[in-house]
Amino acid sequence: MVHPTESDTIPTHPVQPAPRLSMRTRSAIWVWSFLAIPVLFYCVIRFYPTFNAFWLSLTDWDLMSDAEFIGFENYRRMFADPGFWQTFRNTFAYLIYGTPISLLIAFVVAYYLDRVRFAHNFLRALYFMPYITTAAAMAWVWRWFYQPPPTGLINSALGELGFGQIEFLGSTTNALPAIMVTAIWAGLGFQIIIFMAGLRAIPDTYYEAARIDGLGEWTILRKITLPLLKPTTVFLVVFISIAFLRIFDQVYNMTTNDPGGPLGSTKPLVLMIYQTAFSSYDMGYAAAQTVVLFTILLVVSLLQLWILRDRA
Amino acid sequence: MSSVTETPGTGLPMSRINPKAIVRWTILFIGGVLMVTPLLYMFSTSLKTPGQIYDLRLIPSAPTLANYMEVLREGDFMRWFINSSIVAVVVTASNLFFDSLVGYTLAKFKFRGRRFVFIAILSTLMIPTEMLVIPWYLMSAQFGWLDTYWGIMFPGMTTAFGTFLMKQFFETVPDDFLEAARIDGMNEFTIWWKIAMPLVTPALSALAIFTFLGNWTAFFWPLIVTTSKELYTLPIGLTSFAVEQAIRWEMIMTGAALATIPTLVIFLVLQRFIVRGVMLAGLKG
Repeated sequence: MVHPTESDTIPTHPVQPAPRLSMRTRSAIWVWSFLAIPVLFYCVIRFYPTFNAFWLSLTDWDLMSDAEFIGFENYRRMFADPGFWQTFRNTFAYLIYGTPISLLIAFVVAYYLDRVRFAHNFLRALYFMPYITTAAAMAWVWRWFYQPPPTGLINSALGELGFGQIEFLGSTTNALPAIMVTAIWAGLGFQIIIFMAGLRAIPDTYYEAARIDGLGEWTILRKITLPLLKPTTVFLVVFISIAFLRIFDQVYNMTTNDPGGPLGSTKPLVLMIYQTAFSSYDMGYAAAQTVVLFTILLVVSLLQLWILRDRA
Repeated sequence: MSSVTETPGTGLPMSRINPKAIVRWTILFIGGVLMVTPLLYMFSTSLKTPGQIYDLRLIPSAPTLANYMEVLREGDFMRWFINSSIVAVVVTASNLFFDSLVGYTLAKFKFRGRRFVFIAILSTLMIPTEMLVIPWYLMSAQFGWLDTYWGIMFPGMTTAFGTFLMKQFFETVPDDFLEAARIDGMNEFTIWWKIAMPLVTPALSALAIFTFLGNWTAFFWPLIVTTSKELYTLPIGLTSFAVEQAIRWEMIMTGAALATIPTLVIFLVLQRFIVRGVMLAGLKG
């Protein structure tokens, strides 16, 4: 705590050194004393571990013996492992189906919700609420929904309506979409709010001009709203893609009896990393998998920069 | 019901009388109800006895708090609640302090190496947490941080996202204000704390909400760094509790409800700030 009186009492002391320290030097001292702890933090907690991860990916290490340098052996092993390719396909399945579905629903809701005046905040709260819940908790609620009858809500409801039952989490084909739905549901609230912010940022004058020109709603949407919304859309595409590439909480909680199952059909990269590192303690191999994840995320981020540069 | 004619003067007159607008509102409302259905069923089931959970009705015929009593008795939920609170509060306070200190320094001081520091911090946004957890784990094992509060907290004590957000906002603070304080003889720390900080409170509240919720719901790192039940955060505790309960869904739903209630309360109280915060962060970030 800095006492207000301190600045009054101090001058007697620094009066002598002050002339020797130029304004610039004094300012630099302040700057680096402000930055000292955070810079140290970034070096120890971010930069060193980043290089460490790359280094570990070139070693064979089970925590018991010393790490042994083995070059690119971990990568060779990974690319020859059908299990890796399965998680790779799974991860991209979450991304390729999850992203457009999320984006479409979020946009349609935001587009109409933005124009609703009556009970606007209430409706918005309904859509937003799932976003602030704990993914682990909600994964269990959905897991219960997906149970076979008579336990599961969805199958029981289907039964009451006279439909046959569907196997969700126990099926190798249905489990991944079932988990994906949970993840889509959890993210929509955020995306809707961001889309609404983007829609509000479009100046009204564009719409007024379009109406004077007699353009229909559909044309306005295509020619004005969507093009002007492009930065928001690109941001969201990247944001959602990254979230799906890193999916973990839902999968882990919905498949605890056989993580990533059945038969690995729902396992994403991050779950594979978790198991390799903290169930098998195969640290070098796990580090190599994280490097692959990093590379994929980097490509997605660079694509965003490249697409947005196109505009400027 | 005054229905759609509320707040006259806003919106297009057309959309007020238009029956299409009423249909649209109804569809949006049904969609919204579907969005909260999992939450409604979670609470509903948590109030049912084991015999009633096959009953599909949303309103329990004989609601009871017995599950809550049992969960609080059997699980360590109170303990996990305290752990989550400590972690989320400390990490949030640390981010408010350090992110804004660094953001301010980068925005308001000209010094050699400024660009380098900024780009170095920004570049950490490119590094996914998943890549760092293995080194963090090894580091924690070496320093004895496994199974400690510090072990759960240290990776998030300051973030590039928060620093970047605060820098953006401090750039809007006029230099004249700071210069005037300097002439008054205030030292630089006091200028930041007493003059600049109060001018960016909207950004601070957005950052606080994000950091708090993010840490409250965090799963991956706390799962790795904690092994003893006493140190679990709420999400990790809930997972272990649910695995133990296996098919006692009314108990699992009660646990899930207990983990969710705090964030829902925060949301209902701070709804305006949260939505505005998401918009701010989404547009600036």
